[in-house]
Amino acid sequence: MEIAIIFKGKEIIISETVISLLIIAIFLIIFALIVNFKVKKAKTGEAPTGLVNIIELCVEMVDGMVRDNIGEKHMSMSPFILTLITVIGVSNISGLFGLTPPTGDYGITLTIALIVFFVNQISHVMSVGGIFKYLKSFTKPNVIMTPINIISEIANPISMSFRLFGNILSGMLITGLLYGALGYFAPLVTPLHLYFDIFVGLLQAYIFTMLAMMFIGSSVSE
Amino acid sequence: MLQGISSEAFVLGCSAIGASISMLAGMGGALGQGYAAGKACEAVGRQPEAQGDITRTMVLGMAMTETNAIYGLVVAIILLFVRPLLAGL
Repeated sequence: MEIAIIFKGKEIIISETVISLLIIAIFLIIFALIVNFKVKKAKTGEAPTGLVNIIELCVEMVDGMVRDNIGEKHMSMSPFILTLITVIGVSNISGLFGLTPPTGDYGITLTIALIVFFVNQISHVMSVGGIFKYLKSFTKPNVIMTPINIISEIANPISMSFRLFGNILSGMLITGLLYGALGYFAPLVTPLHLYFDIFVGLLQAYIFTMLAMMFIGSSVSE
Repeated sequence: MLQGISSEAFVLGCSAIGASISMLAGMGGALGQGYAAGKACEAVGRQPEAQGDITRTMVLGMAMTETNAIYGLVVAIILLFVRPLLAGL
């Protein structure tokens, strides 16, 4: 289902995947507000219980990964990494809840990969100290290596976006084809959702985030 | 010999053949991943206590090498569903 807005005679179409991304964003904002409320009410003298316990586990896990890969000085990247893995993980699983997975659309995965690309380059500029030193760092081992360095920088967001898009789209296609082909015996195919939606979705979210952390870590640690 | 075939049907047929040839890229991906799984099994046999670490590293490495097979899938999907070669007719 798409939304078409008619504005002064021209039509603007908002596609299905953008609508599911908006629904996921609203759901995550409400969830974050609930967690905020519960954390403020929690007593700090006792051990945490319930929802606060799980959320503290996740935040500590991501903090540990950021500390290993990026370093102690840049712990301010940790909320960004947690947002990345939450949004991509929930988007990949959202096929189970009746939405079209937003990461099955190449425009959305390319956008997320470009966001990581710009964070990468800008933190590189800030850690080297100035744009001229950043441009000089492309000629680092030798001037002849400059095109190879530039191409390897550009190939990273392209390959990350294609990996995520290909995995999620192939899962959607295969389950769609199997449901269509079996007709009345379609519920036999439902256990496949365990592999295609849950396992591949969470694994690809984890791999995307690990790659983003490794790239940011290697560009701030020079 | 090619009298009864319209040019649009010919381009669509060749797109279909091209899509299936492009899926042969999965062969190299499967070979590489099987080799990685074999090496991981050897490593677990040598030191069973490190099984968690070895499994995690193996899964990470496999998802990286899967990318090349996915490139072939994306080309096949583009040929079948977006049909760019019809625009050049």
